[in-house]
Amino acid sequence: MKLFLKIWRQKDTKSKGSIVNYEIDGISPDMSFLEMMDVLNEKIILNGGDPVAFDHDCREGICGSCSMFINGEPHGPDRYVTTCQLHMRKFKDGDTIYIEPFRAKSFPVIKDLVVDRSSFDRIQQAGGYISVNTSGNPQDANAIPIEKESADKAFDAATCIGCGACVASCKNSSAMLFVSAKVSQFSYLPQGKVESTDRVLNMVKQMDEEGFGNCTNTGACHVECPKGISLDYITRMNSEYLKANIKK
Amino acid sequence: MKRIFKSSIGRKLAMALSGLFLIVFLLQHFIINFTSVIDPKIFNAFSHFMGNNPLVQFILQPILIAGVLFHFIMGFVLDWQNRKARPVKYVSFKGSSNSSLVSRNMIISGIVVLSFMALHFYDFWVPEMKYKYIDVLPENPDRYFEELVHKFEDPLRVGIYCISFIFLALHLVHGFASSFKSIGTNNKYAGIIKKISYYYGILIPLGFCFIAVYHYYSTI
Amino acid sequence: MSVINSNIPEGPIEKKWIKHKNEIKLVSPANKRGIDIIVVGTGLAGGSAAATLAELGYNVKAFCFQDSPRRAHSIAAQGGINAAKNYQGDGDSIYRLFYDTVKGGDYRSREANVYRLAEVSSNIIDQCVAQGVPFAREYGGLLDNRSFGGVLVSRTFYAKGQTGQQLLLGAYSAMNRQIARGKIKMFSRHEMMDIVLVNGKARGIIARNLISGELERHSAHAVVIASGGYGNVFYLSTNAMGSNVSAAWKIHKKGAFFANPCFTQIHPTCIPVSGDYQSKLTLMSESLRNDGRIWVPKKKSDSEAIRAGKLKPTEISEENRDYYLERRYPSFGNLVPRDVASRAAKERCDAGYGVNKTGEAVYLDFSSAILRYGREKALLKGIDQNDENKVKALGKDVVKAKYGNLFQMYEKIVDENPYETPMMIYPAVHYTMGGVWVDYNLMTTIPGCFAIGEANFSDHGANRLGASALMQGLADGYFILPYTIGEYLSDDIKTGKVSNDTKEFKEAEKSVADKIDVLLNTNGSKSVDYFHKKLGKIMWNKCGMSRNEVDLKKAIEDIQKLRSSFYKNVIIPGDKSSYNESLCKAMRLADFLELGELFAMDALKRNESCGGHFREEFQTKEGEALRMDDNFSFVSAWENNGDISNSKLHKENLEFSNVELKNRSYK
Repeated sequence: MKLFLKIWRQKDTKSKGSIVNYEIDGISPDMSFLEMMDVLNEKIILNGGDPVAFDHDCREGICGSCSMFINGEPHGPDRYVTTCQLHMRKFKDGDTIYIEPFRAKSFPVIKDLVVDRSSFDRIQQAGGYISVNTSGNPQDANAIPIEKESADKAFDAATCIGCGACVASCKNSSAMLFVSAKVSQFSYLPQGKVESTDRVLNMVKQMDEEGFGNCTNTGACHVECPKGISLDYITRMNSEYLKANIKK
Repeated sequence: MKRIFKSSIGRKLAMALSGLFLIVFLLQHFIINFTSVIDPKIFNAFSHFMGNNPLVQFILQPILIAGVLFHFIMGFVLDWQNRKARPVKYVSFKGSSNSSLVSRNMIISGIVVLSFMALHFYDFWVPEMKYKYIDVLPENPDRYFEELVHKFEDPLRVGIYCISFIFLALHLVHGFASSFKSIGTNNKYAGIIKKISYYYGILIPLGFCFIAVYHYYSTI
Repeated sequence: MSVINSNIPEGPIEKKWIKHKNEIKLVSPANKRGIDIIVVGTGLAGGSAAATLAELGYNVKAFCFQDSPRRAHSIAAQGGINAAKNYQGDGDSIYRLFYDTVKGGDYRSREANVYRLAEVSSNIIDQCVAQGVPFAREYGGLLDNRSFGGVLVSRTFYAKGQTGQQLLLGAYSAMNRQIARGKIKMFSRHEMMDIVLVNGKARGIIARNLISGELERHSAHAVVIASGGYGNVFYLSTNAMGSNVSAAWKIHKKGAFFANPCFTQIHPTCIPVSGDYQSKLTLMSESLRNDGRIWVPKKKSDSEAIRAGKLKPTEISEENRDYYLERRYPSFGNLVPRDVASRAAKERCDAGYGVNKTGEAVYLDFSSAILRYGREKALLKGIDQNDENKVKALGKDVVKAKYGNLFQMYEKIVDENPYETPMMIYPAVHYTMGGVWVDYNLMTTIPGCFAIGEANFSDHGANRLGASALMQGLADGYFILPYTIGEYLSDDIKTGKVSNDTKEFKEAEKSVADKIDVLLNTNGSKSVDYFHKKLGKIMWNKCGMSRNEVDLKKAIEDIQKLRSSFYKNVIIPGDKSSYNESLCKAMRLADFLELGELFAMDALKRNESCGGHFREEFQTKEGEALRMDDNFSFVSAWENNGDISNSKLHKENLEFSNVELKNRSYK
C-alpha cells in the first residue's frame, strides 16, 4: 500500500505546529497503525530527519498511551480499538491520512503527537480512590456480597483506560465521560459509596479547574471510546453531583 | 448552592432547566395558537386572558423573558467556554462519524431561533406592548385573531417563520432529551425520553408551521 | 558459602514470616517523616509499595517513564490473580498454593519466600476488594474464581480479561490518595539513569526528565527498584514497548547480583508473528485454555494444505485432529503449565504440523466449548438440545460473556472470527523469572537497595504459574517490603536529610551525561531498532524455547559483536535536551545488549533443563525436561566485574525441607 500522510509536527509546547506531508510505500494491510508509523520513522531517521514523536507503550490496547487523531477521529475510523490496535487494512491504497495529536487546552502538546494528559491524573488525585489503608487488615473479601449487576456496572465503568479519546472527540473538549466513569466505578460499590459525596464534588471541581469544556451530550465520546463506555455514566454523575450539592 | 452554579455541571443544569421551562412554555403557546385554527373565539378569549391577567403580565411574562434571555446568554457563555477549551483547532475533524449534526450545532440552531424571536417580538410583542402600555388604547377582547391573521398575509413572513420552525425543531430534537440528561434523570427513562423528545421536537414546530400556513391560505 | 546471605528466618516454614514480622525493627512515626524512599516503577509492585510506604509515613518519590503511573505494563495482565482463599471449597490451602508454586517453578525458587507469598495472598484479595477493585462475581454476590494452568483447584480471581488493569488502578488510586496528601511525589515521564551509592549504601538516583532531557539528582535513604522484567531483550515479546532492564541493570553494575537471568517464560497462547515489521506480540489470556482445546492436524499433508490456503481448519474432521496436550498429558490436558504447553507447541511445529503461513502456529479451538455451553443453556431454557444452530448461538453467548474482549482483540488483529474458526496461537516471550537477587527482606546485595515484583527473582523459580505475577507484585508491594524495609531503615533514623550535592551524585550524573554524549555522537547509519531486532533474533533463535551449548556459545559471540557494532554504527537523531524517544531507546538497548550476554552465559552454565530453561542435551526419552537436582539446585547470582564475560557466579543453594523434590509430571 502507498499512503499520503499529513502529520502534525510541533517542536515543543511553546512552538507553533503545522501539518507536514509524507509519502510512504510498501505498507502491509496486516500492520498496525503504529507499525506503519515505525516504518515511517525508520525512513525519517535514515534520511537524517527527526522522527515523529508519539506516545505508545503496551501496543495491545490497554495502557491508554497512544493518542492519535486520525482522519478526524481519535484512534481512527475503527471502533472499540486504540490506535495501536487499528490495522492498516482499514485503509485503502492511495489514501490520504491526517494524523494529529489529541487536542484540548487541558492536553497541551509536548511534541508532535505527544500530549500531556496529567490533568487526568490530577482529577483522580482529587478523589478517585477509596480511603482505605493499604497496610491494614481489611475484612474478608466476601464479607459484603455485591449484587452482580452493580459489580458489572462498576467494572464496565472501570474499563476506562484513560486515553483521553473522549476529550479529543468532543467538540467541547469535555472530560465528562472520563470523570463520570471514574466516579461511577466507585459509587456503584458499597465500599465506595461512603465517600461518594465528597468524591464527586472534588473530582468535578478539579475537572473544571483543568479547563475542560462543558458537556452538551453529543455522545461523540461514547462512540469513540475504545472501551465503549456508556453515556449513561454522565447522566448518573449529573444526578450524583446535584444530590451531593444538596447534601453539602 | 453557590458552588453548583460555578461548576460546569451546574451551568448545564441551569441551561437544561431554562430549556425545559421554555419547552413547557412552547407547548402552552402552541395550544393557545392552535385554537386560532379551531375557533377564533376561543383564541381571542385565551389571548385576552393572557394579555390582561396581572399574574401573567407582571409575573409570568417577566419570568419568561428572563428565562429566554438566560437560556440564550448561557448558551453563548457555554459555547465560548467550549471553544476556549480547544485553542488550537483540528485540521481535520470528522464529527459526523460520531455524533449528529444537530447535537453539534445547537449554537447555530439557537442563533437562528434567537433571530426569529427578534422578528417575532417585533411582530407581536412590541405592537402589543405599544397598544397596552404606551398608547394605552382601550382593550378590545376580539382584536387578537384579526391581528394574528393580518400578520400571516405576507408570504415572506410565513416563509421565514416556517424556516425558523425547522431550526426550532432541530434545536428541540437534541435539546429536549439532552436537558433530561443534564438534570441527571434516571437512565432507565432515557429511551422513552428520547422518543418523546423526537416527537415533541418535530410535532410542535410542525404545528406552528401549520398554523402560519393555514392562516396564510385562509386570507387569500 | 559465598558472600550472599539470604537471611531466611529460622523456624518452621509456616512460622517464619510471622516470627520475622514480629521481630523486624520498627521505625517510629516521627522518624519515618524524616526518611525518604525512592520507588522506581509504578506497576503493581512499585505502585502498591509507594502507596503503602507513604501511608506508613515515609516520604516517597515515585518514578515512571510513562506519562502516568497508571500505564505501567502490569495493566496488560489479563487472566487473574491467585489467592489461597478456598472460596470454592475445592481443598485449596496456603500449603497447596505454596506447593503448586514451588512445583510449577520446577524447584528453583526459594521455599521461604514462596511460602510467605502464599500466606499473604488471601490478604491481597481482601485489600483489593476494600479498594473497590471490581472482581468478577457470581449471582449470589460473592467472588467468582476460575482455574489456571498447572493447578487442580480454582483459586484465580479475575476481572473479565482486565485483571491487571483493575488491580493496577487499585494501586494507582491508593497512590493518588497519598499524592493528594503530599506523601508521594510523583515523577512521570522520568527515567532512572543510574543509582548513586554513598559509602556503599544506596542513597539516590540520577533520573532523566524525558520531556526536557534534563538530568536530575534525587537523594533518599533507600531505593526500591520495581521496574519489571527484561523480556524485551528478545525484541518481540508481550512486554510493552518501553519495558526495559535498565534500572535493574544499573544497580547490577553497581553491585547488585543478578539472579537466574536465563529463566524466561515463553507464554503458549500469543497471536503468532505475521511479518518482519512486527513490533510486539499480543498475548491471549491463559484463561482461554480453560475452555479452548489446542490441536494441530494429525496428518502432515493437512497442515501443508492449510499453509497453502487450500484447506480450512473447520474442514478437518475430529479424528484427523491431534489434541496433542490432551494426548501427552491426560491428567492436566490443556491446562499444563506454560513452559510445558509452549514446548509442546514448538515440538509440533518443528515437526512440520504448524498451521499458519510461517508454520509457526497451532489452533486453539472453542467449537466444543461452544457446543458444551450451548447444550447446558438449552437444557436450562428448555430448548431442544439437538437443534445445532440454536445450541451454537446459545453457546456463543456464553463464550462471549466469558472471553468476549479477548475474542474481539483477536479479530481486530488477525481479521478472522474466532467464534467461527479456531484461533491461531504460538508461544512468545512473556515474563522473566530471573532478576535482581534479593534476600528474604527483598534487599539486593547493595545495602538500602531493594527489588520487588518481576524485577527480583525470588518466587517463581524456573517457571511462573499463571496468575501468580500479579499476586507476587502486590504481595511484595503491599505486604512485604513496607515491613522488611524497616529492618534496614531503623539504622538510618539519625542520618538526616541525604544531600544530593555531593561528589558521588556529581560523579554519577557526569557519567550518565557522558554516556548520553557518546551515543548521540556516534553518528552511524543504523537505527536503534535495527540493532534491537538483531539482538532479538539472536536471543530467540539461540536462547529461546530450547537451547544448546553450541548455540549459546555462538549467541555470546554474536551479542558481543552486535554490541560493538552498536556503539560504532548507531544513529540517534535529535538532541539530549528535548523529548527524544530514539535516545531513550538507545539507552535501554545498550543495557539489553549487556544483559543478553549474561543471559546466554547463565543458560550455558546451567547444564540441566528446568521450567522455562530447556537444554536440548538434557531431556528424557519422551522429550520432557530433565532436571539435575544434585548439581543445579541453586540460584545463580551473578556479580558484575566491569566486563560482562568476567561476571562472577555465586550460588545460593536451595534447600527444600517442606516439599519433596520430584520429577514434575503433568501426565
